Amino acid sequence: MPTNRKYYRPYIGPCDPCPPIRVKSYETPPQLYLGFQPYGLKQFDPSTALRKGTLWPALYAPYTNPYEPREEEE
Amino acid sequence: MWIYEKKLQYPVKVSKCDPMMAKFLIEQYGGADGELAAALRYLNQRYTIPDKIIGLLTDIGTEEFAHLEMIATMVYKLTKDATAEEMKEAGLGAHYADHDKALFYHNAAGAPFTATYIQAKGDPITDLYEDIAAEEKARATYQWLINMSDDPDIIDSLSFLREREIVHSQRFREAVEILKEDQGRKKVF
Ligand SMILES: [Fe+2]
Repeated sequence: MPTNRKYYRPYIGPCDPCPPIRVKSYETPPQLYLGFQPYGLKQFDPSTALRKGTLWPALYAPYTNPYEPREEEE
Repeated sequence: MWIYEKKLQYPVKVSKCDPMMAKFLIEQYGGADGELAAALRYLNQRYTIPDKIIGLLTDIGTEEFAHLEMIATMVYKLTKDATAEEMKEAGLGAHYADHDKALFYHNAAGAPFTATYIQAKGDPITDLYEDIAAEEKARATYQWLINMSDDPDIIDSLSFLREREIVHSQRFREAVEILKEDQGRKKVF
């Protein structure tokens, strides 16, 4: 299963005015990979599906604030 | 025609008094990639799309109005108890001067809604590619809104709306695949 978030390390200039964010991220949710949805995929039960916004675990991709906690500099 | 159900598609709860968030949420109300633009775009394009795709545009276009209603509810709840002074402090002074607490179709920066936000090119692949892009843009907007909120209940409703954009994008991508399939070709026996 592909990951829903990818990371990269941008160039950090020696004279940047603000403390750098060393690792940046972007979202790559499942619809980018699924293609035509195959028959017979696993389903959530109805009440779970109504809460999550999709019947299909394969399309469920919850989002969290990537700035929280401020992404750690390693 | 439509049948109206007097309830929201997903519950909207607001647990923090944060009228400034209303200013940002308005982006999804009357902004370029907002729910109004989405609904109008799909429900208009469906007349000139191949038959197999019409139902999908009707379904998704209709659902977008249910999303519009959720955003409206959030904005209303966040502003209904604010004084003129509090509206001003929340960055909503310009809105208040023109509209009091009324909602209006403009984006977070106050630019009024315009039909130039949407397109209907008549070329089915072109229109579906626009629709996929619109869904991804709405998904991204929800991400930035989630990043700016610290109200778990607002975040919960926005997360639901973001997940629906994922599903819509998936279905539009499948629509493209349907149109790419060779079934419509003239068969010579
Ligand atoms: Fe959508």
